[in-house]
Amino acid sequence: MEKQEYLELYDQMVQIRLIEEQAAQLYQQGLIGGFLHLYIGQEAVSTGLISARQPQDRVITAYRDHGVAINCGISPNEVLAELLGKATGVSKGKGGSMHMADVTKNYWGGHAIVGAHLPIAAGLALGDKYQGNDGVTICMFGDGATNIGYFHEAVNLSKVWNLPVLWVCENNQYGMGTSVERASAVSEIRQKAEGYGIPNNRVNGMHVLEVRQAALEALEKIRQGNGPYFLEVITYRFRGHSMGDPERYRKADEIKRWQENDPIGIYRQTLIEQNIATDEELDVLDAQVEAIIQAATQFAVSSPEPAPEALYQHIYVED
Amino acid sequence: MARITMREAISQALWEEMERDAGVFILGEEVGVWGGTYAVTKGFYDHFGAERVRDTPIAEAAIIGATIGAALTGLKPVAELMTINFAFSAMEHIVNEAAKLHYMFGGQMILPLVIRTVGGGGRQLGATHSQTPDAIFAHFPGLKVVAPGTPEDAKGLLKSAIRSMDPVLFIEHATLYQVRGDVPEGDYTIPIGKSEVQRPGNDVTIVTYSKMLEISTKAADELAKQGIDVEIVDLRTLRPLDMDPVLESFKKTNRAVIVEEGWRSFGVGSEIAARIYELAFDYVDAPIQRVAQKEVPLPYNRTLEQSALPQVEDVIRAVKEVL
Repeated sequence: MEKQEYLELYDQMVQIRLIEEQAAQLYQQGLIGGFLHLYIGQEAVSTGLISARQPQDRVITAYRDHGVAINCGISPNEVLAELLGKATGVSKGKGGSMHMADVTKNYWGGHAIVGAHLPIAAGLALGDKYQGNDGVTICMFGDGATNIGYFHEAVNLSKVWNLPVLWVCENNQYGMGTSVERASAVSEIRQKAEGYGIPNNRVNGMHVLEVRQAALEALEKIRQGNGPYFLEVITYRFRGHSMGDPERYRKADEIKRWQENDPIGIYRQTLIEQNIATDEELDVLDAQVEAIIQAATQFAVSSPEPAPEALYQHIYVED
Repeated sequence: MARITMREAISQALWEEMERDAGVFILGEEVGVWGGTYAVTKGFYDHFGAERVRDTPIAEAAIIGATIGAALTGLKPVAELMTINFAFSAMEHIVNEAAKLHYMFGGQMILPLVIRTVGGGGRQLGATHSQTPDAIFAHFPGLKVVAPGTPEDAKGLLKSAIRSMDPVLFIEHATLYQVRGDVPEGDYTIPIGKSEVQRPGNDVTIVTYSKMLEISTKAADELAKQGIDVEIVDLRTLRPLDMDPVLESFKKTNRAVIVEEGWRSFGVGSEIAARIYELAFDYVDAPIQRVAQKEVPLPYNRTLEQSALPQVEDVIRAVKEVL
């Protein structure tokens, strides 16, 4: 990897962190409605994962999707504008926090019903296979999604049809407030892939380069025509499930222990120790990102509301 | 014109569209090697091969989810849900995904897909396999819901559905597959979202669709012998609903009976009646009558089942009620 590529990963992770912190503030100010699920603590997962993809690889994820949007190349302007429900948002203000997509960047959402996007991911991969494309569909979901039927139907189908899918379970230890141990028959989620005869791996999600390496290896295997692959990524969300989570289900010292393993801090340390970047250089980068997010916030706040006629637009392609 | 069965008409539409467009393919339970549980895709597997006629596991959420995903990549999948009763296992993907993705992402996602399925009672399959829940699906904006009553309409509407860029739920009726009708030669389409007068008349308007078109036609034949001239409007598409021919007919006859196979409460008849009252209140000469299924889970016993389903006599009685 070139120095610039290392810094790009850092830049994306800081962008996600600052967008999410900004979003939390905007939510508290009442500028963001509905649910808001923050990606803080999990930045290394999608950053490492998506840095490994080729342009023809599709990405689809669940509702904790702002960070994934940034990694897919969607601008902070469009992400924050969508959170504010503006016409300039990536989904034109009609999707909100949980429904961001930009199909021109091969980012297929942003799906809010737990597990429901997994069968759709199988279909995206089927579409590529049918048309002879060499793209892989990267499908991200939480540990909680592996307990619902859609997961099992989709993962089974992907193996039966030998589909080019990379299943990525972001195991952040909790499905809302219920721990993996209390909800899943096996706490090592990758064992579920074993049941379907799908090759798999388990990787530390707080280290962006480890995630990236595991993803590169998995994508290569899939692209060679070996069918689906399953990657379990161990991570932790530093904030509640969504805004307004009372967090009665976990102890402060547990959160503190994980926060000491901040994925951005770890990566910063790596860059400095391996003489890839200096403290000062990274400070400059931090300041640049800070300015970008401030400008994006201004953009979002000053953007227009959707026009009234947008209400009836896009119900159908053909009326 | 050729006289063929409903099964042949639907099969021809699928075959011709698959020949016409390499992006059209079929997936579902037993559609391939078996040839379709209602034999609609008989011979397709041998001709088009396993890639284009895909047997799936018995996993309806996976079938419809995969259909959505494939459509998003630009293909034109035609899923077969063995019966509409199994659609409940794929409800999330039909009403929460297929019906919403285009709108929810600001028009970015395009879903040119068709879900063919089979509804209706009368075959002694018991309560879980005999339902007519069409109104439930017609409730959701974003979905198009088509339910033909004749072979000609079935072929032309299915071709339109396959060529449409929107998700279409195409509801066939289990007891109509053997019904014969005249079908035009060659390639033709019938537009989705257009109701049609199936039988002209002057005294009373019957609004109906699918299997109940057959029942209503028999009732109209009987009533004609008694000097009562019935006009029948076939809805053909439930969403988007085309009220124009219904209102035009009603303004002429001032009397309406709505005949549907599903349950009366919150049904198709409720919607049609409400719209007539809203849009043509000044023309109402008698309270609108609804003929529908008795409000029970359909029983297995043949006599009990038939007594719960709308019969010709029920329609005749309702027509006389409004006259």
